[in-house]
Amino acid sequence: MVKPSKQIIRPYGDRRDDGVVQLSFTLPVPLSEKAKEAAAVFTKKMGFTDVKVAAAERAADAYTFFIVYARSAVALDYAEIDVPEVVVKKMSFDDLNAFIKEKVKRRIVVFGACTGTDTHTVGIDAILNMKGYAGDYGLERYPGFEAFNLGSQVPNEDLIKKALARNADAILVSQVVTQRDVHKDNSRHFIDAAKAAGIHGKVQLLLGGPRVDHKLALELGFDAGFGPGTKPSDVANYIVHALLKKEGKEPQDAHSQGEPQ
Amino acid sequence: MPGPFIEDARIANARKLADEIVNPIFDLIRRNTTVSTERTVLRFFGLSGAGARGVPLANLMVDKLKAAGVLNKGAAYWYGRALQLGAKSPLEAVERLTALPTEKLAPLSPEQEHNLREEVRAEARAALDDLKARIAQREELQKEFPMPPTPHKYVIVATGNIYDDVDQARAAAQAGADVIAVIRSTAQSLLDYVPHGATTEGYGGTYATQENFRIMREALDDESRKLKRYVQLTNYSSGLCMSEIAFCAAYEKLDMLLNDAMYGILFRDINMRRTFIDQYFSRRICALAGIIINTGEDNYITTADAYDAAHTVIASQFINECFAKRAGLKDWQLGIGHAYEIDPYREDTLLLELSQAMLVRRCFPDAPLKYMPPTKHKETDIFFSHAYDVMSNLVAMWTRQGIQLLGMMTEAMHTPLLADRYVALKSAAYIHRAARGIDEEFTVREDGKIANRAREVFARAEQLLQECRDEGMVTAIGRGHFGDVKREETGGKGLDGVLEKAPDYFNPFLELLEAQ
Repeated sequence: MVKPSKQIIRPYGDRRDDGVVQLSFTLPVPLSEKAKEAAAVFTKKMGFTDVKVAAAERAADAYTFFIVYARSAVALDYAEIDVPEVVVKKMSFDDLNAFIKEKVKRRIVVFGACTGTDTHTVGIDAILNMKGYAGDYGLERYPGFEAFNLGSQVPNEDLIKKALARNADAILVSQVVTQRDVHKDNSRHFIDAAKAAGIHGKVQLLLGGPRVDHKLALELGFDAGFGPGTKPSDVANYIVHALLKKEGKEPQDAHSQGEPQ
Repeated sequence: MPGPFIEDARIANARKLADEIVNPIFDLIRRNTTVSTERTVLRFFGLSGAGARGVPLANLMVDKLKAAGVLNKGAAYWYGRALQLGAKSPLEAVERLTALPTEKLAPLSPEQEHNLREEVRAEARAALDDLKARIAQREELQKEFPMPPTPHKYVIVATGNIYDDVDQARAAAQAGADVIAVIRSTAQSLLDYVPHGATTEGYGGTYATQENFRIMREALDDESRKLKRYVQLTNYSSGLCMSEIAFCAAYEKLDMLLNDAMYGILFRDINMRRTFIDQYFSRRICALAGIIINTGEDNYITTADAYDAAHTVIASQFINECFAKRAGLKDWQLGIGHAYEIDPYREDTLLLELSQAMLVRRCFPDAPLKYMPPTKHKETDIFFSHAYDVMSNLVAMWTRQGIQLLGMMTEAMHTPLLADRYVALKSAAYIHRAARGIDEEFTVREDGKIANRAREVFARAEQLLQECRDEGMVTAIGRGHFGDVKREETGGKGLDGVLEKAPDYFNPFLELLEAQ
């Protein structure tokens, strides 16, 4: 493979390569000229130059909120950023349903829940419920999927038991509350339960949530992780391709647009 | 402001239907009591401590009475028996009762029974007087440092550590917050006891305990004096300990409580009977203590589609109002939860939101209304998040919302940073100032989208109320009419804590509160 030539980039403010960034932060001191200077010093200490403290406001008696503009001399070679290449384009709602019909030849069964003590269904609802999220239909709406949303505070074992009873192809675990890493503890517990039930490595196990990423999910023992901004169609596309890979109908090293990285 | 799109007679009809729906549930409420109601009675008598491994004394005593099969006479009765046995304090009463095989206590003569009840009643009256005196202190402070005009800006703190919460709450008050809500630790609603003491560890929030309430209210009293503006405090009276939390909150002079007649059933899978009984006693306490309740209709649109389920919100509001009025709450105490959504992907979304908000205002003209913008459309762009909230702030002014939860600006990322709350408060203050008077200036056209949508939603709400009346509330919930969630009468958590009252059941507080 030919190594691509160098492509040096910096943040773009209003001129190419000006390196301008916008920062905002709070310092635990009352608003004063000294506080403003402290904000400038802090920004310079981070390696920025041309520091402009644009706003310094009294957020409370002993706290000052700053908005700062500054320049960074740091540059990077974009050509060296290594992310797996996209070879399969993300399919639209209709195309994906037709694709499932043609390649999978049956409905794909998906179970999802917000497990453990977490009561926030907003994530799992966005992905599974009919309506979906941001104008992107949820999995319930796809004729190619049979989706079951069990809601919140579902014990991990219950989710696995119910999914097993319907021969699920994929199980989605949503974790919203992250204080003291409760999401990681519960996710590990889910994987232990999946291993005990003998489905680990067989059924696709997917983790989602605002503080979840693909890397974390893999570390915890899931097959994939989906973070903030994920659309239902991303998850739908991923599940279809992962299923086809498992069945040997797609090459193992194929990558698709929108898949977790 | 609200157009005359719904006739008075139809609104009166919705109220009448709600009344008929609630009627049969009051038979259930009158016939039964719960472990949590009985623990509340003991807390009224001053039993607020905890024993070994932090188990609250109220739980120890109620569990003991329940195991002996005698709780159906009422914890107040057995408290009286313990006093007769020579107990000098509530703590001693617990010790004596837990040491004794209760079923072995000899029956009393009718005269002794009568005297016992009179003695306990006198003590209950003294306890209520004490509570009223505490509430009067709060009213004094409110009078001395009046609150600004509505909408009151409501923000949330949720560090897990009550002392960190205090720092954040003070900062928020200094930045202009009118109401501070301390989010509870995840799943506290499923605990069948109220944790004890000051707490510094919580998950997704801070445990609601009487001591934590006291610490936060004391800090806000101090802040109110400094700012010369009374700052309100709220917490959550929901789950398995509705009435106990209501008591702790009343005693520690909290100003508001999230308290919904059906939320626990639908969204926490708490048993229906348990919830209906507990909510009644909790609301009786709120009525006495001048606590404003916030109902939780916003939750419906997290599980159901906001556009399609808009009428369930209205129907639920009428039912919630009816339960509240029957518990003695006044209009000014009804923070009826207005809930819809401004969907950024929908073209006429602001008109639909205004329509729903104006409809709620039209149906509940004298209630403060609590506006809870949804978090569904919060993505991770903080700039757009603030822009989104500006629209909600405008709607709040336009439709005269009393209490406004400022949008959760960093939802899907992390709990709000101190500065996020400051920016939200600054922006809300700007919109509230800039848009003042907008509610007086515009009349909604009778044949327009807003009016037509309001008429449609109201008609569907009326129809749903009719169905709930005909089928019964229990069946209606069983069919998933609210929030798309289905619950059975004997399902859910906490049913084993419901007991049928004995013919000589005794609860002097309920007697006194109902007589207020």
